[in-house]
Amino acid sequence: MAKVTIDGVVYELNPENNLLQECLSQGLDVPYFCWHPCMGSVGACRQCAVKQYRDENDTQGTIVMACMTPVSDGAILSVDDQQTKAFRAGVIESLMTSHPHDCPVCEEGGECHLQDMTQMSGHNYRRHDKKKVTHRNQDLGPFIGHEMNRCITCYRCVRYYDDYAGGTDLSAQASHHHTYFGRFEEGTLENEFSGNLVEVCPTGVFTDKTFSENYTRKWDLQVAPSVCVGCSVGCNITPGERYGTLRRVVNRYNDEINGYFICDRGRFGAHYVNSESRVRGARDASGLSIPVDDARVRLDAVIDEGNVIGIGSPRASNEANYALRSRVGVENFYSGHSDDEHEALEIIVNALRDESFHCPSIREIENADAVLVLGIDVTNAASRVALAVRQSVRNLSKDLAQESKIPVWQDSAVRELAQDKLSPLAIFSVGSTRLDDVATFKVNLAPDGLLKAAVRLDSVLSGQSADDGLVENELPIESLNHISEALLNAKNPLIICGTSAGVEMLRIATNMGRSLGAQRGAAVNLALLPTESNSVGHALMVREGNTLGKAFERIERESIKTAIILENDLYRRAPSANIVAAFELLENRVVVDHVETNTTKAATLLLPSTAFSEQEATSVNYEGRAQLSFQVNDCGTSAKTAWRWLFDEKSHSPEGVIKKCSEDMSDFAKLVHCLPKAGSLVAGMKVPRQSHRYSGRTAMSAQANVHEGKQAVDEDSVMSFSMEGVYPQKDASVLASPWAPSWTSNQSISKFQSEINGALKQGQSGVHLLSRSGKGSKYEIGALETVTQGLQVVPAQHIFGSEELSGHALPIQERMTDAYAAISPKTASTIGVQAGDFVRFRDSEICVEVCVRVLVPNDVVLVYAGNRAAGVHFNLRDIERVEILERVETAPAMPVSRSLGLGQLLVNDLYEERG
Amino acid sequence: MSSFFKFVLLVKDTLISQVVSLWKVFMHLFVETDTVQYPEQQPHMFSRWRGRIILTRDPDGEERCVACNLCAVACPVDCIALQKTETEEGRWYPDFFRINFSRCIMCGFCEEACPTNAIQLTPDFEMAEYKRQDMVWEKEDLLINGTGKYHETNFYRVSGKAIPGKDKGEARNELPPVDTRSLLP
Amino acid sequence: MAWEVGSGLTISAILLVVIVTAAMLIWVERRLLGFWQDRLGPNRVGPFGLLQVVADMIKIFTKEDWIPPFADRFSFVLAPAIIMIVILMSFSVIPFAPGLGVVDSNVGVLFVLAMASLGAYSVMLGGLASDNKYALLGSLRAAAQMVSYEVFMGVSILGVVALAGSFNLREIVIAQEDGWYVIPQFIGFVIFLIAGIAESHRLPFDIPEAEQEICAGYHTEYSGMKFGMFFVGEYLGLVLISSLITVLFFGGWNGPEFLPPIVWFSAKAFFFIAFFILLRAAIPRPRYDQLMSYGWLFLLPLSLINLLVTGAVILLEN
Repeated sequence: MAKVTIDGVVYELNPENNLLQECLSQGLDVPYFCWHPCMGSVGACRQCAVKQYRDENDTQGTIVMACMTPVSDGAILSVDDQQTKAFRAGVIESLMTSHPHDCPVCEEGGECHLQDMTQMSGHNYRRHDKKKVTHRNQDLGPFIGHEMNRCITCYRCVRYYDDYAGGTDLSAQASHHHTYFGRFEEGTLENEFSGNLVEVCPTGVFTDKTFSENYTRKWDLQVAPSVCVGCSVGCNITPGERYGTLRRVVNRYNDEINGYFICDRGRFGAHYVNSESRVRGARDASGLSIPVDDARVRLDAVIDEGNVIGIGSPRASNEANYALRSRVGVENFYSGHSDDEHEALEIIVNALRDESFHCPSIREIENADAVLVLGIDVTNAASRVALAVRQSVRNLSKDLAQESKIPVWQDSAVRELAQDKLSPLAIFSVGSTRLDDVATFKVNLAPDGLLKAAVRLDSVLSGQSADDGLVENELPIESLNHISEALLNAKNPLIICGTSAGVEMLRIATNMGRSLGAQRGAAVNLALLPTESNSVGHALMVREGNTLGKAFERIERESIKTAIILENDLYRRAPSANIVAAFELLENRVVVDHVETNTTKAATLLLPSTAFSEQEATSVNYEGRAQLSFQVNDCGTSAKTAWRWLFDEKSHSPEGVIKKCSEDMSDFAKLVHCLPKAGSLVAGMKVPRQSHRYSGRTAMSAQANVHEGKQAVDEDSVMSFSMEGVYPQKDASVLASPWAPSWTSNQSISKFQSEINGALKQGQSGVHLLSRSGKGSKYEIGALETVTQGLQVVPAQHIFGSEELSGHALPIQERMTDAYAAISPKTASTIGVQAGDFVRFRDSEICVEVCVRVLVPNDVVLVYAGNRAAGVHFNLRDIERVEILERVETAPAMPVSRSLGLGQLLVNDLYEERG
Repeated sequence: MSSFFKFVLLVKDTLISQVVSLWKVFMHLFVETDTVQYPEQQPHMFSRWRGRIILTRDPDGEERCVACNLCAVACPVDCIALQKTETEEGRWYPDFFRINFSRCIMCGFCEEACPTNAIQLTPDFEMAEYKRQDMVWEKEDLLINGTGKYHETNFYRVSGKAIPGKDKGEARNELPPVDTRSLLP
Repeated sequence: MAWEVGSGLTISAILLVVIVTAAMLIWVERRLLGFWQDRLGPNRVGPFGLLQVVADMIKIFTKEDWIPPFADRFSFVLAPAIIMIVILMSFSVIPFAPGLGVVDSNVGVLFVLAMASLGAYSVMLGGLASDNKYALLGSLRAAAQMVSYEVFMGVSILGVVALAGSFNLREIVIAQEDGWYVIPQFIGFVIFLIAGIAESHRLPFDIPEAEQEICAGYHTEYSGMKFGMFFVGEYLGLVLISSLITVLFFGGWNGPEFLPPIVWFSAKAFFFIAFFILLRAAIPRPRYDQLMSYGWLFLLPLSLINLLVTGAVILLEN
């Protein structure tokens, strides 16, 4: 620690950081623009000027940029110095010379870093009377709005988008005060993390288009701390509601998980809550709506009749799954995963319990210095992990910088030094992935070859000789040796695999982890990624052997009268024929869900449940980390949170259910620790969901009735549905939307962090449910067959469309594509098709468009099954794992409401441009 | 004894003061009353009187309100609710704009807060209704066909946002849009 | 039926006139206050707003007559009746004019004082029965105030009684044919005036109901006609005190012959009514403790000295 005197006060600062970061950590108000905690310093904006003195006798001092100045022991500084203040005011005045008179019509207004800094620097009157520079805007697609006039050229956008997130289509153009940030030509911003531009941009150049359509100022949003349901990472988010609809989602800082950034699926996919396809009332077999009380009576009646089984769901909360499990009995509670997913989850859960492994958080993934990705396209499966992997490859440059005594926060210096040297990242995949641009080793093979290569790598890792002549599809054994070397030499190696890679690959991944661990003698970072938000939590509740397939068998074998299907579209889990057969045998098909699916269509009793923002619930992410998500607003319909249908509502509160859950199931014993700590509330008062300046309370509903109703009371949680209560001061686990005096923007989060980029003060980043004990042994990998006939089907994942719920969000639909079959140019010519033609899978009615991609192996067809919510789609499980494609002469008329085409397909290896 | 004397003096002083005030108040019997016999006699209303709230139009005849929400947030009784929407071309305007006059205290903060001079208070105070529900006014009731008290203000002619009839670079004090392909200074 | 003391006609006429006068005072007071405050006062209902009283009565009669569930019903209903009854009873001994009165009692003065004492029960009961902290505070204050000022009131009249040599009010009036007692008994008059206001707890001595401090004091919980009875009771008290001042100190009906005696009486009484209203318009309310210490430390010695001096003078003259 270095002792630094700032304005006469002595602070103990971390000498590894720059002065600006440390000043902010100490709670000092130093204005800044270009610096960002995740992106280091470049010294572009000159706003964070402070004065540095040589010694006590120095009265003159020198103005330095805090972000570019290292913390040195004994330094004497001043933030409040008059000359420095005048300097900062001058700088911001210059930055503002061309800033338009836009605040009233700017989406950033009210949470604008530029507004805050202008106030803080004391520039409040425009003296510059020359004309303002103006720019033309670009249409940047359905997510991001562009208003270039507002730019103050801090370069944060390109530094984030290009340098941090790996985007290629946003750049700084022109020069001097004509500098322009945009695409070379108008079009959609392609990067999967473009939404973060909204939060990174300190002014209103990049704004959330979906939010702007139903714009509401920050202070008018009703917010609560929530957790994203888009994938298994469980990023922390803050959804905002106004007039009964979800208006936007912003990142909620969690130092261990998402930090400052979330992916676009999480940010824009949450709009599914407002979708037309929400289930808004109970229905009976004939499709007629029935009153809620009737529905409840019918539900109780069919359960009382007995012979009931329950099918859970990986996208439903722990509480909902638990309620179903206790209502139907453990032995009658079946997995909502498909059978292979279920098997995969067993491997994942076993790995989470195994001492040989450590499951890294996102922050830990960023610190890995050698990464092996096995069989999945991380960007499209669990995007936030991909962004972390992208940071991990920069660790080499940081090491190099430290060798050269360059502080790692000197961003551009570090980048100059490292040039294109990257930490090792090896990707085993079928076809291209979105991380290929930073991969040092790439193994692109058909699934059978890929498995063999992986097995081979495992044996190389475990030190066995691998020279038994493997040259599978031109893969030289040297490559495997290099990868093995990189993993073995790394300080912090990491293996990533996921459910979508298949069960065999997951087994091999854990085997590799064990091999690597045996060589290194320490727990190995192993991140196994399920696909859905509560896959792990759901899997933990299912009794061994109770798979979905077993459920169907039992329906066939025994006289099961009723199945209760919880928030699950079975048509995503099993072949349609099996489902139809099972449904025919069932007398009652009770479906609890909040979106319309093929399963809800077949329900004899449909019960509406609430979406993630309308309920308080816990879920378990890929690490086994349980997190609590608060209710943002009332759903406004007769829908009930799923567990309320199954439990007696009056005698249960969400807190009570969570407590019962942890008492009943040993794996969930720690779940109660997700709840806000007792005594964290000030004087027992609730935490308000509305800001202290929430407006329009006496007029919002006055058109319906001028007599305002009583404020909605939330008896369930520590939050109130009003402005009443006390804002979090001690416990940041109920901090939804940061705000601090003179810091209205999201940058105010620094006031709640114990140090910049560190943990939230008294904050909670979830609870690890599982404890590790014992070391397992390697899985036996059976003989791997080589497919010789037909094309091996590999399911393609897409960030926009592969996930069920986000597909219902209109902005996501604009980025989705129809189902397609991607084949290599050679295969295409063999079958005799071209891009844009249609093909049929052998012996089935399923026809999809062909997409020709260079990097797809020759004996493989990459199949994207589409999303039920929009566009051409089908049940992926209706086709075999090996298929023969047949050309279809005329494009079939598909029964879809809206055809999306393949225009939005974002891959790097398209064979030819479509017309 | 002296304390009793003081007490008597005090009583004398206060007594005189009471008598004087009695007399002075009595003399007001002969002073002309200030009361205005409304409604037969209409009071003189000053133009800055804070009465009925209106929404005005800019000199081009377009809605001035840009739905910035500042009036709503300034309102101490939270009686203004509105929702922003925009035209195809990007001009912001309120989708609905509602004032609950049964809550309004005519403080004029909304007018102070308005950056476009759209919301204005007028000298009309005769707003009583038999039903409270009738005191909820929507945009159709509030919007007038004129500029109100401030004739010049035209926000979109100053703002950098492009609207129909005013492209980028055509606002007051603006240069034409930059050609990003040019390297000329 | 005849116009004589105690006849049915006279009694009915007096009852009617007194109550109507008290009711009309609502309008008179509001208008006078209006003028003194440069306003107009109620002028909309009927000519000069005269029918305002009718409007007020209709309002007060049609208002919900509510008894709080926590109140003691019996005393709650009884309290407003007491004040009306005792004040109306007091009027029975007032000599309005020769031959005009209810009774010609030899202990008229004592009767009035006795009735005034009973009046204290009304406010005490009202406040206690309401079971409301403001009402209780109001009735506490009222009890203390009324009991205290009764003493000075009684003592201040004794000078007059001594001069007239009679407790009979009619005889006191007749004794003043040669000169009003206000001259020999000026101090007695002032003390009686002050004590009279305090007894009827009119402004500025409305301490038991001081709105700014204790809501409406003892009648906080009252509404409808029960409140109306307190309200009219106050005006009756006003009329009573004015009548008593007229009788005791200003020669009652005595006056030049060109006007009938009843007119003189009414004119004098009305003068004092107007004066009380002026007091209300001009003088602020004292603090409760000020009122008490003023009474006991100043008015009591003064009234005793007055009585002593009067007695001495009478003795000397004899």
